[in-house]
This record gives sequence, C-alpha cells and structure tokens, in this order.
Amino acid sequence: MTTTYAVLSEGLEKRFGEVRALRGLDLAVRQGSVCGLLGPNGAGKTTAVRLLTTLLRPDAGSARIAGHDLVRDAAAVRRSIAVTGQYASVDGDLTGRENLRLFARLHRVRGPNDRAAELLDRFGLTEAADRKAAGYSGGMRRRLDLAASLVRRPEVLFLDEPTTGLDPASRNGIREAVRALATDGTTVLLTTQYLEEADRLADEIVLLDRGRVTRTGSPAELKALIGWYAEAVVADQDALPKAAAVLDRLTGAEPKLDHERLTVGAPTTDPTLTLPRLVRELDAAAVPLLDASLRPPTLDDVFLRFLRLTGSHA
Amino acid sequence: MSTFAYDGAAMVGRQLRRVRNSPGLAVLSQLMPVNMLLFFGYVFGSALAMPGPEYRSFLVPGLLVATAAGGVMTGMFQAAQDTHRGVMDRFRTMPVSRAAVPLGQAVADLAVTAVGTVPLLLVGLAVGWRVEGSAAEALGAVGLLLLFRFACTTVGIFLGLLTRSEEAAGQLGASTFVLPLLSNAYIPTGNLPGWLRALAEWNPISAVTTALRDLFGDAPVPAGAAWPVAHPVAGSLAWSAVLIAVFLPLAVRRYGHR
Repeated sequence: MTTTYAVLSEGLEKRFGEVRALRGLDLAVRQGSVCGLLGPNGAGKTTAVRLLTTLLRPDAGSARIAGHDLVRDAAAVRRSIAVTGQYASVDGDLTGRENLRLFARLHRVRGPNDRAAELLDRFGLTEAADRKAAGYSGGMRRRLDLAASLVRRPEVLFLDEPTTGLDPASRNGIREAVRALATDGTTVLLTTQYLEEADRLADEIVLLDRGRVTRTGSPAELKALIGWYAEAVVADQDALPKAAAVLDRLTGAEPKLDHERLTVGAPTTDPTLTLPRLVRELDAAAVPLLDASLRPPTLDDVFLRFLRLTGSHA
Repeated sequence: MSTFAYDGAAMVGRQLRRVRNSPGLAVLSQLMPVNMLLFFGYVFGSALAMPGPEYRSFLVPGLLVATAAGGVMTGMFQAAQDTHRGVMDRFRTMPVSRAAVPLGQAVADLAVTAVGTVPLLLVGLAVGWRVEGSAAEALGAVGLLLLFRFACTTVGIFLGLLTRSEEAAGQLGASTFVLPLLSNAYIPTGNLPGWLRALAEWNPISAVTTALRDLFGDAPVPAGAAWPVAHPVAGSLAWSAVLIAVFLPLAVRRYGHR
C-alpha cells in the first residue's frame, strides 16, 4: 500500500467539559518528513498528540495514521507508532536495560536482549544500563525514553516536547537522533516550545492556536510571509515610543518593544523599506539611534505574528 | 489469546523485577503484619477475655486475611503510580493486550504475596499458632487466602486506574486499614450490637478469616452468624468470585478506556 501521508486528519475535535481543546484539526504529514507542531500553551498540541496516539478518542472528525483508521483500527495504529513525551514514560523502578528489554518483548522484537544492548550503546547509556531509571538525569531519562520508542522502528514517531527542560548538550543529542531517524525514513511529528528547534528539525511547521491550525508551511515559507524584520536600538527608554511610532508608520505592523534591550522591531514586506531609509526616517524623527538592522525573520517573529499573543509569549 | 499470554507474562516479569530492584520496600511491607501480631497478641490480647495463647492462634488467620485485604491498597497505589508517571500511557500506545496490564499486575502481586506471607507464618508459629487440621485443609486455606488476595488486588487496580493520582491513592489506601477492624479478624463478633455484628459479618474479610480458622483448626465456626460466616468456605468463594467478576472487567475496561 502506498501512503503518501503518514498522518492525515480531518476535523478532529475534542472537548473536555466546557473547554474545546481541539476545534477541527486538519493535518497532512508527508511520509518521511518531520512535522513541527507549534503553538502557545493551551493551543491543543498535547491533546492533538494524545488523540493521534490512540490515548484519547476524538469527539468528531477522523484520522489515518500510517494508513490505519485511528478509531476503528486503533490496534493497527499502535503497531505503527511510537510515542515519547511528557506523559508516555519508562518505568523508573526498572533499570534502563530492563525497560528496553520489556518494550522489545512487548513489540515481539527478536533477540530483545541484543536489541536493548544495541540501543543502550547508541544512546550512550551502557554505563548506566543496570541502574534504576528513576535515578537517571533528565537528559539520560529522555534518551532512554527515545530509545524505548525505537526498540522496533516505528513508521510514525510522536515526540511531545522531547527536549523541554534539558541542557543544551542533551538537547542537541536528542535533535541529532531525531534528524537521523527522519533521514532513515521515519515520519516524525513533534511538538516543541523551542522555535529554533522546529526551525532546525522540521520540514513542515503547523501553527496551532486555540485548537485550530492557523498556518502551515516550511520554516522558509512561513518566514517569507513575514518578509524582513526591521529593528532599531535606541539610547534610552524615552526614545522607545518615538521609534515605535516610526516603525508603525513604515511597516504597518504593530512594533514589538523590548524595554530591557532598548529595541523596537516590526516585520515588513515592503521592498522600498531599505536600511538607509529606515535610518533616515528614524533620524528625522529625532530618535537617538544606536543601531538599526533589517534581518530575515526568525520563527519567533512568525510565531508572534500569527498567534494570539498571551503575556507569557510576548 | 497467545498475545494475551505473552504480554501478560512480560507484565508479570516487569512487576517481579520491580520488587527485586527495591527489596527494602518488600521487606518493610512485611514488618507491619508481624508487628501487629506481636502488638495485638501480647498487648491488646492481655485485655481480652480469651487466654493469650488461644487469642494468638485466633489472631494469626485474621492477620493473614487482613494482610490479603491490603491488596486493595497495594493494587491501587501501584496502578495509580503507573498512571501518574506515564508508564500506563506508554503501554496504551503500544500493541499490548488490554487485559495483560491489569492482570499481569494482579498475578505478580500474588507471587509476591505468597512469598511475603512466610515471615508472618513463621512468627505465628513462634508465638504458638499451629495448623491443627489436615494438610489438604491447610492447602485449601492457603488457596482461599490467595484467591481473596487476587480479588482485593483487582478491586485496588480498578480504583487506582480511576483515581490516577499517587497522592489520592496513598490517602485512600491508608484508609483501607480500617476494613479489617470492622470484621472478626481481630475480635470475635459475637458481642457486637446486632447491626454492627451484621455489618462485620457481611464484611468479606470475616468470611475468609472464619474459613481459615476452620480449615487450620484454630477456632470453630461461631454459632448464629450471618450466612457468609456460618458457611465460611462457600462464603469466601462467593465473595472472591463476586469481587473478581465485578472488578476485573471494570479494571480492564478502565485501562483500555480512552
């Protein structure tokens, strides 16, 4: 069977009492790609993953994972997926090796002991293999989690915030592993709080807000929607509103003020807004300008532009 | 079915390994009934009308059953812990037989209990408790005890899957400590006021305790008791069967619920 989309969902809905966590989720994740699910807290990322991994039953809508119907053929879906996340965890009372052996057995992997040893080695856990997982550091624990998801190669791997709370070195380790998996043809759907992570890992980004998809595209496409990012560094606090007024006039977008760094920035798609013009206009408005730049947008800018801004994400 | 057997065996293995990895916990959990035997047997027992040695023989089967009833607590705590820590969710996203997870836990618990009861039996023998009945009767008593433990564990697993929080399960579990207090495990029920006596004698713990006392030959079946106590073996079988028939399917359903 040829499945072009490893994850395909239409109008998935889920409510918890009064809260409509998902209000019609449409997803199409190409086989072998890495899809990044981005959104503020409460956007429905975790609910989406829980639905797609058979942990929750959708109230409405349908989905096919690796070609299998999510509701009618949950058993086949479970044979095709693996989940690593905030909730689907390993057993802390077992050692790393025991965990991997158990999961390998449950997946009917031939030679579960060898497979466990192989994965322990691959994720740098051989030394800690016979210690209880409860005593692992955050990074080791996450590596073991990921290893447990790979005892048999899944067609679709779901990663719910795989690097949250990890130090940069551990984060990079996990990211490299994910990248390698995707290269081998595993489809990866990941949620993350780190935009830079989505930027580096994802082929396609889905922006989720209030239970719905607001934008979809590759990181480059999404950034192109914003154009460039104009930024001015000013000398003092008093100059910030003045500079903001100028940027507002030039870009038509609501400028973002950073009182700590004394910067004002706004996205622009206007090709006539060049750096000399930006400097001239700011100077003409008597803004004590220290620095000015036009730079390609980051995913942060995309995020801020397209998603409802709550205090925590400003 | 073979999927179920294979997954179930893997789950039993998991639980047994957990016990092996934390042997201190297993030893500690056996301290409680032994302490209670000594405390009740010598301190409280001295205030009872029954002579000390006789009371201690009376008490050992009661403590065995009270400990078995603790399966509600351990079953609940473990299921809630697994849910809370996300282990259950990982199993749920895997192609694992739905019945294997709760049943694996209950079966593993049975194996642990069978070994874990030995210290209490040894201390019991040391303080004068004896098996007066035949070997077949004694084996029957052990069988009833384990069946009851299994039933209590399934109740606990269901409750643990329901509460999902380790803290709540801990609190709720601690309160199951009172269940044997309202039975004939520690005291004869004959002197209780009528309604309280009825309540205590319809407590499943009373039926199993009476059956053990009868089969071990420690104390006769009391006269004029409620049906499950008056027919203790049938009563024990009936209680265990009812608990398993109700709570095992509920636990499996709750585990598979999404």
